[in-house]
Amino acid sequence: MFDFLQGYDVLGAFWMTVKLTLLSAVGSLVWGTLLAAMRVSPVPLMRGFGTAYVNIVRNIPLTVIIVFTSLGLADIFGVTMGASDDFKAQGFRLALLGLVAYHAAFVCEAVRSGINTVPVGQAEAARAIGLNFSQSLRLVVLPQAFRAVIAPLANVLIALTKNTTVAAAIGVAEAASLMKQMIENEAQTIAVGAVFALGFVVLTLPTGLLLGRLGKRLAVKR
Amino acid sequence: MTSVLYDAPGPRARRRNAALAAVFVALLGLLAWWVWRTMDDKGQLKWALWQPFTTSEAWTTYLLPGLGNTLKAAALAMVIALPLGAALGLARLSDHRWVRVPAGVVVEFFRSLPVLLLMLFANEFYARSTGVGSEDRPLYAVVTGLVLYNASVLAEVVRAGVLALPRGQAEAAYGIGLRKGQTMVSILLPQAVAVMLPAIVSQLVVIVKDTALGGVMIGYAELLTARSTLAANYANVVPSFIVVGVVFILVNFALTSFAGWLEGRLRRSRRSTGAVVGVQDAEELNPAEIRGGFGTGAGGGGV
Repeated sequence: MFDFLQGYDVLGAFWMTVKLTLLSAVGSLVWGTLLAAMRVSPVPLMRGFGTAYVNIVRNIPLTVIIVFTSLGLADIFGVTMGASDDFKAQGFRLALLGLVAYHAAFVCEAVRSGINTVPVGQAEAARAIGLNFSQSLRLVVLPQAFRAVIAPLANVLIALTKNTTVAAAIGVAEAASLMKQMIENEAQTIAVGAVFALGFVVLTLPTGLLLGRLGKRLAVKR
Repeated sequence: MTSVLYDAPGPRARRRNAALAAVFVALLGLLAWWVWRTMDDKGQLKWALWQPFTTSEAWTTYLLPGLGNTLKAAALAMVIALPLGAALGLARLSDHRWVRVPAGVVVEFFRSLPVLLLMLFANEFYARSTGVGSEDRPLYAVVTGLVLYNASVLAEVVRAGVLALPRGQAEAAYGIGLRKGQTMVSILLPQAVAVMLPAIVSQLVVIVKDTALGGVMIGYAELLTARSTLAANYANVVPSFIVVGVVFILVNFALTSFAGWLEGRLRRSRRSTGAVVGVQDAEELNPAEIRGGFGTGAGGGGV
């Protein structure tokens, strides 16, 4: 019944999806938090940059960004991410770059909304005991903010998992590109579709449930 | 909140902020200089590459038809997904378990799949099992993928909109003797629809962005595909990406602003009783667990 799977590395393709997801999740968490810090910082220029970045990136389709990393960044600007001769590694790293650049904007918005849930008194108290901006942000505000935004961040992570399929547009051998190949070559259209659908349900559903539960448990009770 | 994180700057803080700003400007300047120089080296700044965009030909032959196709697919997807989503959302609110549970399974299933997977599957399905001609097939596949995904997202919007209404509304309706169906159709839905409008409009942004996927992966002739034909003709890779990016930003920014304006208007008017399901909530709807606890599984829309 499952002989249509023979000759295809389905697990390998999903492993690529998982790798893309995890690495770009870490990247966009770091870059997104930095952007959020810029957006609440005392330097007007940084605030402006953060706002502009988020508004521009959020309104461009991820597909345009990913395709640009390949046709624009790599081919014109020569940004090959240290893999100019290895086409596969280059595609993977460029897709990673595009995914991080795009999802950081959403992480930034989530973290910023988390910062807004921290009561004013917390920041005032931090200032009153003499902490400066970066200290009060690092030691008082952000730890509370992160606990409040686990659920929204889980959504970004789920969306990110699904969005890694866009990497197929520049030839990264992840789940969607293998599905495209299999569904064109194999007779069992529905069975192929079902296998890949199941794969994504397995990847995304538990993330939402687990992180949702974690978010509830860790949320600062007010 | 912003101003609460730091004091009004004194002389030292002002100097430090100025220094930070200077360093930041220097970094941005360095980046801009590198971009400018590389583009100059590669000849991407030559006026000949930008000049096509000042002529009507580039727009009427390539970009506007592409944009038209993008908007056509988005509009079709929205128009079909809305009633479907409303039906699914209401089914999820049903008192009958045998209606509620299957609707929930369908919604959660399609919400947890990438749109690209749905598009690829629809494309192949139409190719093999139906008589849709190969010219129309990309449009059909793109719209089908978008409809399946967005109907399940909109189902959650509808559900949240109805749940956001005060309970007194339904109770009063039952009190004057309306049946369940009548309560939903004549009391709850009219109020919920007004309340959901901003969220629906901002879902359009997601749909517009996702059409680009159909362009690259199944050859639908939308804006991004139009860009590649245009760039093949004028050899202006970077300029064409910048122009197409700006077009997408303008379209989506207009939609976002419209949604924000609608939301503000609805919040100010007293016609509806419920809380407004705003743009922000729509993004949070997909969530695993949000305030009221709607949505249970994989979502992550808005992104």
